[in-house]
Amino acid sequence: MLRFALGRLAATVVLLLAVSFVVFALLHLAPGDPARNLLGPRPSSPEALTSIRAQYHLDDPFIGQYLRWLGGVVHGDLGQSIRSDEPVTTLLADRVTLTLQLASFAFAITVLAAVPLGIAAASRAGSVIDRGVSVAAIVGVGAPTYAVGLLLLYVFGVNLDVFPVYGAGEGGLDRWWHLVLPAVTLAGGLGALVFKLTRTAVLGELDQDYVAFARSRGLSTRQVRALVLRNAMVPVVTSLGLVFGFLFGGTILVEVTFALQGIGSLLAGSVTFKDIPVVQAITLLTAAVIALTALAVDLFSFAADPRVRKRTTA
Amino acid sequence: MKRPSLTPILCAVPLTVVVVCAIGAHWLAADATEQDVLLGVVPAGTSGHLFGTDQLGRDILQLGIAGARSAVVGPVCIALGSMLIGVVLGTFAGYFGGWADLALTKYADLLLALPTTLIALVVAGLVDGGYWVTVLVLVVLFSPTDIRLVRGAVMTQAARPYIESARVLGLGRLRIMFRHILPNVLPVALATMLLNVAFALVAMSALSFLGLGVGPGEPDWGRQLSDGRDLLGRNAAAVIVPGVLIIVTAAAINLLGDWLQERSVERAGRR
Repeated sequence: MLRFALGRLAATVVLLLAVSFVVFALLHLAPGDPARNLLGPRPSSPEALTSIRAQYHLDDPFIGQYLRWLGGVVHGDLGQSIRSDEPVTTLLADRVTLTLQLASFAFAITVLAAVPLGIAAASRAGSVIDRGVSVAAIVGVGAPTYAVGLLLLYVFGVNLDVFPVYGAGEGGLDRWWHLVLPAVTLAGGLGALVFKLTRTAVLGELDQDYVAFARSRGLSTRQVRALVLRNAMVPVVTSLGLVFGFLFGGTILVEVTFALQGIGSLLAGSVTFKDIPVVQAITLLTAAVIALTALAVDLFSFAADPRVRKRTTA
Repeated sequence: MKRPSLTPILCAVPLTVVVVCAIGAHWLAADATEQDVLLGVVPAGTSGHLFGTDQLGRDILQLGIAGARSAVVGPVCIALGSMLIGVVLGTFAGYFGGWADLALTKYADLLLALPTTLIALVVAGLVDGGYWVTVLVLVVLFSPTDIRLVRGAVMTQAARPYIESARVLGLGRLRIMFRHILPNVLPVALATMLLNVAFALVAMSALSFLGLGVGPGEPDWGRQLSDGRDLLGRNAAAVIVPGVLIIVTAAAINLLGDWLQERSVERAGRR
């Protein structure tokens, strides 16, 4: 176990280092002089450019700059936003709560709706319900979040006037009320994905010999189902990394669609404004969360599933 | 097969309409970009403007028809380009295995680990290159799935007896790869390509919704959606028309691709 964990940990660190290198290179990838880009809309007098070059050590060799930047990141210093002149960490701290609330709300809806539906569809494979929900899932996975969001906004926000149209509300219950439409929009695509994963996993397990054996031994349907579900949940949990990736991509679009001031809309705004330090920070943060999720999932399945343990140690 | 074969017909109808609009946009929607700022926003149903107009007085229906062009051209190029990379690198990795295979799988893993929307947004936004640069970025981002798919398909084919016998007959590696293995991989590749068109359409419109990709003023469904966002109260058709167009087109391609995929898997299983 320890050897496996250390190996996976090392791989994650290497992956994150590679990502951080690419993220740092973004500054130099953007067209134009990095110093001018970092200066943003401020007047670019020769003195200002010189001081920016000194502040960001732009005259040092590339690797030196990267190591210095990485050192800062490790110590929690993500640099200064060009647009607002505030430390990036402050900007992120202001907005992270809303994004986490939105993401967890959507995630909760997804798990509560898609997992039971997936199990139900797989147990009645080929039925009208199964086919109906499967078609809906094919459409849902590929549906454009922003278009669905705007149409929901029109129907429930403008036409029926049930839900608030824009913004994040006053906090407390009002906040959650404002998040209903965005979370449902986000959960639509995510739920379709989780439904597909669950259905495939349960179907795969139902096909196994041990199910036929358990049935022929006279185990009740409920007992068989308990066996199947336990095994089927492993691939579902394993794809959590994929699900989180989907969730992050979707959050950007949903936050922009519903004018929510979260991390996603901050990223979209910063890209348009070429606020490179903020873009670097958010990209790196997202990659870190996804990589750590993948690591946690791997360790979990190693601990929970004896088959995985056997495969990796053999 | 119990599945009703109604699916392909039901999907083909809206797709044909979209493709015809894309090809004939110049004739069908000649004044799509014609502005009439004095007219401004008029609601749907105004004479001469079936679905009304937007802030700049542009006709919503004409913009929708003209937007089909950027919705078809880019995504089709993305699907073709990424499948080309997928076929070349995937066949290579699947057939030769070893070092090349390991390097390509690691590369695919790295790209797959990050959310496509985020990378596309960051790279396309910072590079600032317009429509075709966005297409290129998405080709690179879409290719890992195609590499993996072709690699897997080639590996199952390579293990079959007919390849073994071709090898025994002394046929060259390239000949076996492209003349014998590839034709058997193509049906699966074709279905995946169709699904990629749908994902590419959604991704490209997402970027133009965020203000990247297509130039300002150019007809595009994603851009039309973001322009129409502020008009929900005055002319909701400005949002409904492009929204429904993207959703229906993406859904039709997805359903058709899924149907094709299921058929090609079934056929491969029978063989």
